[in-house]
Amino acid sequence: MKATRWLASYAIFAALVAECLVLAFATDAFFTESNLANVVRQNAFTAILAAGMSLVILSGGIDLSVGSVVGLSGVLCADALVRGAPLPAGVAVGLLVGLAVGAINGLAVTKLRVPPFIVSLAMMLLVRGAAYKYTNARTVSGLPSSFAALSQGALAAATMAAVFALAWVLLMRTPFGRHVYATGGNPEAAWLAGIRVHRVLLAVYALCGLCAGLAGVLVASRLNAGYPKAGEFYELDAVTAVVVGGTSLFGGRGSIWGTLAGAFFIGILNNGLNLFHVETYDQLMVKGVVLLAAASLDRWRTKAA
Amino acid sequence: MSLLCAAGLSKSFPGVRALEGVDFDLRPGEVHALLGENGAGKSTLIKILGGALVPDAGEARLEGEPLPLGDPLAVRRRGINIVYQELTLVGELTAAENIFLGREQGRPLLRRREMARSAQELLDGLGARVATDAPVRTLSVAQQQLVEIARALASELKVLILDEPSATLSGPEVERLFAVLRGLRERGLGVVYISHRLEEIFAIADRVTVLRDGRHVASAPVAGVDRAQLIRWMVGRDLTEEFPPRAPTPGGVVLDVRGLACPPRFTDVSLTVRRGEIVGLAGLVGAGRTSVALALFGALAGVRGEVRLEGRPARFGSPADAIRAGMGYVTEDRRRRGLFRLLSAGANVTICYLRSLARLGMLSPGRERPAAAAAAREFDVRAPAGLAQPAGTLSGGNQQKLLLARLLLRPRRLLILDEPTRGIDVGAKSEIYALMNRLTAQGLGILMISSELPEVLGMSDRVVVMHEGRTAGELSRAQATPDSVMEMATAGP
Repeated sequence: MKATRWLASYAIFAALVAECLVLAFATDAFFTESNLANVVRQNAFTAILAAGMSLVILSGGIDLSVGSVVGLSGVLCADALVRGAPLPAGVAVGLLVGLAVGAINGLAVTKLRVPPFIVSLAMMLLVRGAAYKYTNARTVSGLPSSFAALSQGALAAATMAAVFALAWVLLMRTPFGRHVYATGGNPEAAWLAGIRVHRVLLAVYALCGLCAGLAGVLVASRLNAGYPKAGEFYELDAVTAVVVGGTSLFGGRGSIWGTLAGAFFIGILNNGLNLFHVETYDQLMVKGVVLLAAASLDRWRTKAA
Repeated sequence: MSLLCAAGLSKSFPGVRALEGVDFDLRPGEVHALLGENGAGKSTLIKILGGALVPDAGEARLEGEPLPLGDPLAVRRRGINIVYQELTLVGELTAAENIFLGREQGRPLLRRREMARSAQELLDGLGARVATDAPVRTLSVAQQQLVEIARALASELKVLILDEPSATLSGPEVERLFAVLRGLRERGLGVVYISHRLEEIFAIADRVTVLRDGRHVASAPVAGVDRAQLIRWMVGRDLTEEFPPRAPTPGGVVLDVRGLACPPRFTDVSLTVRRGEIVGLAGLVGAGRTSVALALFGALAGVRGEVRLEGRPARFGSPADAIRAGMGYVTEDRRRRGLFRLLSAGANVTICYLRSLARLGMLSPGRERPAAAAAAREFDVRAPAGLAQPAGTLSGGNQQKLLLARLLLRPRRLLILDEPTRGIDVGAKSEIYALMNRLTAQGLGILMISSELPEVLGMSDRVVVMHEGRTAGELSRAQATPDSVMEMATAGP
């Protein structure tokens, strides 16, 4: 019983290692510096989104608006830069957009008491619409070259690492983090234990929005333009990474490292399937199967525990 | 001749002998009251008779044929139906749909009109004016109860078991229910009626069976017993539990509650707790004691009345405010309101005062672990795999000790303990009593809610008794006896 539980808790790390080993031996292209750098660059955004999503899901909620925030944050950041704002100001605009949308999500969840799924679904539509409306569905281009440097390999990796390090400190080393786990695990007990549950939730959604804003800036930098369409379906990638990483969708259980591993498990899966020339459609189906398997593993583990 | 007859029923749960060799028999055409204190084994008995629990020993027969115990569906098909205190109707469906739930008529298309008509007939037969086409959540509790009874009648019914049906009913509604039960009695059915209210027993029951501590105490015709006799049967055990001697030196008033109300949970509660004093809050289940605790702790909305903590107004808007003001609360509902099952045992202890353990906003295992370990040691929390093990995997007694340990690390003015020893072993109980004495010696006031009379009498310096949402009266330690508390709890002031 104990062994199976241990296995279930660390399955994602074992799976990630196995996946890398298989690809390293089966292909020449995988274990090369350029390919690995590529994998990191491509998945840094998803991983950052998933870090924020982890907080929300641990608290017992979900945030479907992060993909749209990537679009709006990128567009407004790019627009500010095109209008001549200095680089830090442009980045700040992107971050603030995310923070603001996240705060609205949090307020709607706590004050209006609308379920997080609905709140964030509504915001997903609203924010995506806003991104199209602001740009008239056109691309914001003509960005300064210094902006593109933000998403270069080493910097993107460092940003991602910083986000995860901060998230880990927040979750494992601060009262707030413990309150997130407690709220997700048993909201009523958390409230009776004197935890200001509403503040915790508000902060969690705001932080998730902030991560999405950051990811939006990085995506815009990588594309070197503000696309209103950017980030479509990223929310699903983020949720997938979190769930594959072993975090319970019911809240209260999971780890940030699991999420990082989950994001890269999916990222490397994509990479591997590409290296094997598997078609895009088949890749989608493989991802679906992996998600289902991870979620059923979680149910099985819940029963075992 | 008996309709339903059970012999030698025994049932144990981990750590508790819920029933020990209980006999019970029910005759056709009688209303048989089942009486006993909280935890006497009434629920276990009816769950066995209803097929929801398998007894460890013993058997039950309906009209001489053995009952398939442990198979609720088969038992119901044989004609035994239980109406639980917590109604089991589907709120969004109509009365008619609920009555025929799982037995819908018509395939493949429902014969809605036919079902509505038979439902109406059943309800009319009960003298219930209930619309069959409205969602049952719009009906009153009394009406919903009648729908449950109608549902039982829709199939062949021989025995109807009612679990505290009157707990949520008003006077006239109880009268109507009694009329229905008399009607069923005339039709030759057997009715088992569970209630704490002695006056109801005399009003409706033909015979009464009293359980105490899982054993059968007496069965007798109601005509031959009086109230005092019933109370003696219910509580007449020796107070064998060891309670450490108390030497209270009450100081100034720490908690002063006047006219507190939170309708419909409770309507008029006044009490005081002094420094260094344990005040027992006694009453039957459903009298509103837990709601009073939650209201004092800032956990209920819509509270009226006056509360003062050490002289300062103290109507708290949230538990966080109450805790900050020096109040502590240990819940009776460990699973739902107390424990974080997924967090480690240690984290469960430290959760309330993480901020004071943090340095510059940061927690460190090096500071948190010893604090949790010390509190856990104080309560002898036994975690086989250490305090890092998830709290949900500990035994019930150890979970309870975790919740108490949670309160230890911060000085407090007032502690509200709601059933502090529920579900824990004797050894752990006396540890908790000793701790209560230590805390009051340090000047804390304790308000203790307990449904166990020996505990109330053994630990309280004063006893406040609640009856149906009101404080019915107050008894000094000298005045408080099993009979006086029970009398006040069942009859009011």
